[in-house]
Amino acid sequence: MMNDRENAFHIVAYCCHYCAYAAADLAGVLRLRYPAEIKIVELPCTGRIDAREILLTLEHGADGVMIAGCLEGDCHFQDGNINARRRIERLKQTLSEIGMDPGRIEMYNLSSAQGNRFAEVATEMTERIIELGPSPFRTMVRIEDAVESNP
Amino acid sequence: MTEKNTNGLKSGSNLERILREGHFAVTGELGPPQSADGAVIREKAELLKGYCDAANITDNQTAIVRMSSIGAGAIVQQEGLEPIIQMTCRDRNRLAIQSDILGAYALGTRNVLCLTGDHQSFGNHPTAKNVHDLDSVHLIQMVVKMRDEACFDCGDEMKGVEPRFFVGAAANPFGDPFEWRPYRLAKKVKAGADFIQTQLIYNTERFAEYMQKVRELGLHEQVYILAGIGPLKSPGMARYMRDQVPGLDVPNKWVDRMTEATKGIDKDDKKARRDAWRQEGISIAVDLIKELRQVEGVAGVHVMAIEWEEAVKPIVDGAGLLPRPELSPLPPSDPKKKAS
Amino acid sequence: MIVAEQKPLEEIKSLIADYQNVLVVGCGTCVTVCFAGGEKEAGILASSLRMATKLDGNTKQVDHLVVQRQCEWEYIDPIKEQVDKADIVLSIGCGIGVQALVERFPDAIVVPGLNTTFLGLPTEQGIWEERCAACGECILGLTGGICPIARCAKQLLNGPCGGSQNGMCEINPDTPCAWQLIYDKLESQGRLELIMEIFPSKDWSNSRDGGPRKITREDLRLAAEETE
Ligand code: SF4
Ligand code: SF4
Repeated sequence: MMNDRENAFHIVAYCCHYCAYAAADLAGVLRLRYPAEIKIVELPCTGRIDAREILLTLEHGADGVMIAGCLEGDCHFQDGNINARRRIERLKQTLSEIGMDPGRIEMYNLSSAQGNRFAEVATEMTERIIELGPSPFRTMVRIEDAVESNP
Repeated sequence: MTEKNTNGLKSGSNLERILREGHFAVTGELGPPQSADGAVIREKAELLKGYCDAANITDNQTAIVRMSSIGAGAIVQQEGLEPIIQMTCRDRNRLAIQSDILGAYALGTRNVLCLTGDHQSFGNHPTAKNVHDLDSVHLIQMVVKMRDEACFDCGDEMKGVEPRFFVGAAANPFGDPFEWRPYRLAKKVKAGADFIQTQLIYNTERFAEYMQKVRELGLHEQVYILAGIGPLKSPGMARYMRDQVPGLDVPNKWVDRMTEATKGIDKDDKKARRDAWRQEGISIAVDLIKELRQVEGVAGVHVMAIEWEEAVKPIVDGAGLLPRPELSPLPPSDPKKKAS
Repeated sequence: MIVAEQKPLEEIKSLIADYQNVLVVGCGTCVTVCFAGGEKEAGILASSLRMATKLDGNTKQVDHLVVQRQCEWEYIDPIKEQVDKADIVLSIGCGIGVQALVERFPDAIVVPGLNTTFLGLPTEQGIWEERCAACGECILGLTGGICPIARCAKQLLNGPCGGSQNGMCEINPDTPCAWQLIYDKLESQGRLELIMEIFPSKDWSNSRDGGPRKITREDLRLAAEETE
């Protein structure tokens, strides 16, 4: 069990409630397959995402983080997804400074009707992360410690 | 102030006397080298000598380090060409400027041009700290005070010889806000400027508009205004100056004339094209001088042909301004004064 | 407010290279509102440093905390214990905050994580602009409320220079010419006479040129300190 957890890739997908999360839901309903590596976290809006959370996610051993919001122009909160995009761009620079491949994070936009698109980007992201290999932090962090250090 | 034994002149410089005697003055410009090579200056001085009454020696122009204007000016002086020492506020504070003024005078130079200076970000030392302790208006005031009151900026009296300069300043009729420019000139006149050299003028109509205002303020009667002239070298340069250089106004008609200059010349004949352009540039400069000379209040021209000093002679000649007036030597000054 | 910007991570790493336990200290005042040294930025920086040093194979312990105001003794005194425990303190307060920590904790090694840049304001979300250079003798009353010391590239008192074009400064087409702003303001208010006269040269001795400055207000001093 322990071994499995350590060998498997973990990609955290922060999905907004109105579009991406609904799309993921739809993908399930349509019985479309998307990789098991994807762990979905629901957000009210991608505009809610904070660079610190993404960094902590990576620091605690996630191999990749995808942020999925509504199509640009369709944000339920007007432009939360555009704010998110800018933050992700900046965060990519921070990742480069840290010495991590900025490709470990990515922002996607999709509508609630795009169940298949969700499956597609989830697969794409997973392939990319597998290509990049396990996160250097995965082996360094035990989930238990991580939880403890970030109550 | 009591008039010292200066033959009624402020500085006795050639330029001052030419202007005072009512001649239409011609000044040139000489850029010192980016090295310690005095020979370059002598060569350039040779190209200007006899064709202008005095030549500006630039002070780290465009914020690129060059031989000092005072050092180069002293060499020019030895060559028999009268220098106008440019002095910017960018690189020196009031102490340094005053000591340089004393040194420049002791070396025999008699004209100084007070400038703010181009910002260092344009030059080859963009990481330098700039000074701007004074601005150009304060600089004029200070040099005039040293001359007329024989005292330093702080008010301390100067013991011994005071530097008696003919003090110049720059004016850009085409900088913004256009309506404010004559008033800024008025400040420089009030500060005590004796002569003004303007930025390059290509738009004579706008310049005439500016001069109209200058005359309304009566400034042309208090200061000698020398209009800035610069020969264009190529249509590319004309376009660049039209589009890229802040504070310049180059009307399309000149750009067109430059472009048409090579009509009928084989595109591959680079030399012929270059010569045709240069010919046209000189002829435009001549036309500009002729036009500007008609403007009331213009007391002379300042011909700026940096790195093309050869052009000065044909321009001045073409404008009918040769030979330059020969002045009789000044009577020697009072020996008692000298001994002090 | 005081506006600052984080230093490149590489530089910060080299500043803390020789120490193991790092304490990042943020400040809840100016640098929080300019998003350079608040709670969030302290967290991001600490996390970034933990990750970066781990990747470099020399894992450091990096903790962070934020004080309400790093430039006042009463706010920094309470963090003494954490400071004592740390091998090095990485302050992401402004330069004043850094020095306050240095003065208050004589044994601590304190290094800056920010470049303190200017006194200014956010003109819109995400954009800050300089407004004052703390010259020590404010002349805004004579310049239509626009500062030529901080906002003119040449600190002219009798501007504008010849490079002012279309309202912009010669050094940068994105930077408004301070003197054009002054002119426009005074013109629109019919107060151009304020700049008709020559503005005398400035007494820079009130500015930084006169050496470090100090203000003493006897009326505010405590009797005990006065007799010290
Ligand atoms: S004049 Fe001096 S004190 Fe006033 S805003 Fe400008 S720099 Fe600050
Ligand atoms: S263009 Fe305006 S702001 Fe820029 S240096 Fe000149 S006067 Fe100052």
